[in-house]
Amino acid sequence: MLGEAEPQWLSEEVKTGTTIIAIEFNGGVVLGSDSRVSAGESVVNRVMNKLSPLHDKIYCALSGSAADAQTIAEVVNYQLDVHSMEIGEDPKVRSAATLVRNISYKYKEEMSAHLIVAGWDRKDGGQVFATLKGLLTRQPFAVGGSGSSYVYGFVDAEYRKGMSKEESQQFVVNTLALAMNRDGSSGGVAYLVTIDKHGTEEKVILGNDLPTFFDQ
Amino acid sequence: ESVQNSQTNVMLHTKLNDTSMEYVSSKTINKVIQVHDQIFCCIAGSLADAQAVTKAAKSHLSFHSVQMESPPLVIAAASVLKELCYKNKEELQAGFITAGWDRKKGPQVYVVSLGGMLISQSVTIGGSGSTFIYGYVDAKYKPDMTREECQQFATNALALAMGRDNVSGGVVHLVVITEKGVEHVVVPGDKLPRFHDE
Repeated sequence: MLGEAEPQWLSEEVKTGTTIIAIEFNGGVVLGSDSRVSAGESVVNRVMNKLSPLHDKIYCALSGSAADAQTIAEVVNYQLDVHSMEIGEDPKVRSAATLVRNISYKYKEEMSAHLIVAGWDRKDGGQVFATLKGLLTRQPFAVGGSGSSYVYGFVDAEYRKGMSKEESQQFVVNTLALAMNRDGSSGGVAYLVTIDKHGTEEKVILGNDLPTFFDQ
Repeated sequence: ESVQNSQTNVMLHTKLNDTSMEYVSSKTINKVIQVHDQIFCCIAGSLADAQAVTKAAKSHLSFHSVQMESPPLVIAAASVLKELCYKNKEELQAGFITAGWDRKKGPQVYVVSLGGMLISQSVTIGGSGSTFIYGYVDAKYKPDMTREECQQFATNALALAMGRDNVSGGVVHLVVITEKGVEHVVVPGDKLPRFHDE
């Protein structure tokens, strides 16, 4: 065939459309994400882990442009390594969030990525920070990505202060499942990371193990 | 002035058990239009287009019911709207939720979307604020709720949407349509359910 056309998705920007969520519970944090990476209308990776470690007990959740988000996470991972050697102990979650925020703010015109930073440190326990468009704010929970719009009502209704670790994990899984059902740019499997003073635990929940709802 | 989906319009319609149905609208402009005794219609999109279409549908339906010598079916009302939307899809920008009770199938909800698709659903939401409550509705809706449960579910969903959508707010209008008739319930802003951050 003469001059076969290149598939359209090869020239589309790669985005992690996404649903991400992080919530603080009594003694730690739980982060959750979906696993879909899209380029235009194609799904180019259906099993991407969007929960990226910044340090042993600090993770971030990636959304927006895949390249931008990954780069920010890698740069901050390096900066935190240096910082923690300088201070001689584990970094604070707020420090990690500040480093992310500094990059997001400085390059806010050129980049389009939103990272939620969450972790545990000895001073303030579990914390969740949102860094959208270069702001820095601590919140009891944060949702982000294209799928988050569909679940604002659900998280507003269901969130309660002082949930246990298991309740928080269930809350995150339910929220992700609902968003993945409605958002075309979210889907695949659910990744969960739980961080508390004892350590960091990563978990994957496969598609058919996710909660289902009345119309499924 | 044509206002596209930026009105304070959150509509929710749920189907209860066999004898009653409920339909909710929250807003400052009236977007709940009665097209027949036990059939109401909720509009979204360009207000001017929607009003023109429902006006035409209303007169069409009343003529139809005289010819048939009985109240129109809910699907008939929805079909009339659908025909108008589909035949004029290039010029119009309006979507509808049609809900009501008829003697043949009891309570029903139909959605006519922008291009003229007509489908039946047990629960449906629309308007600018609706995106925020898809998750809540998916999680909390159960088929065959009682009337009180349904009213509470609808009020909660609307309150949550109003809390997040900057162009939704004010008062919640509930219209409950049953075999016996139609009841209008109003929930003012200060009586709405509150959630963790309020």
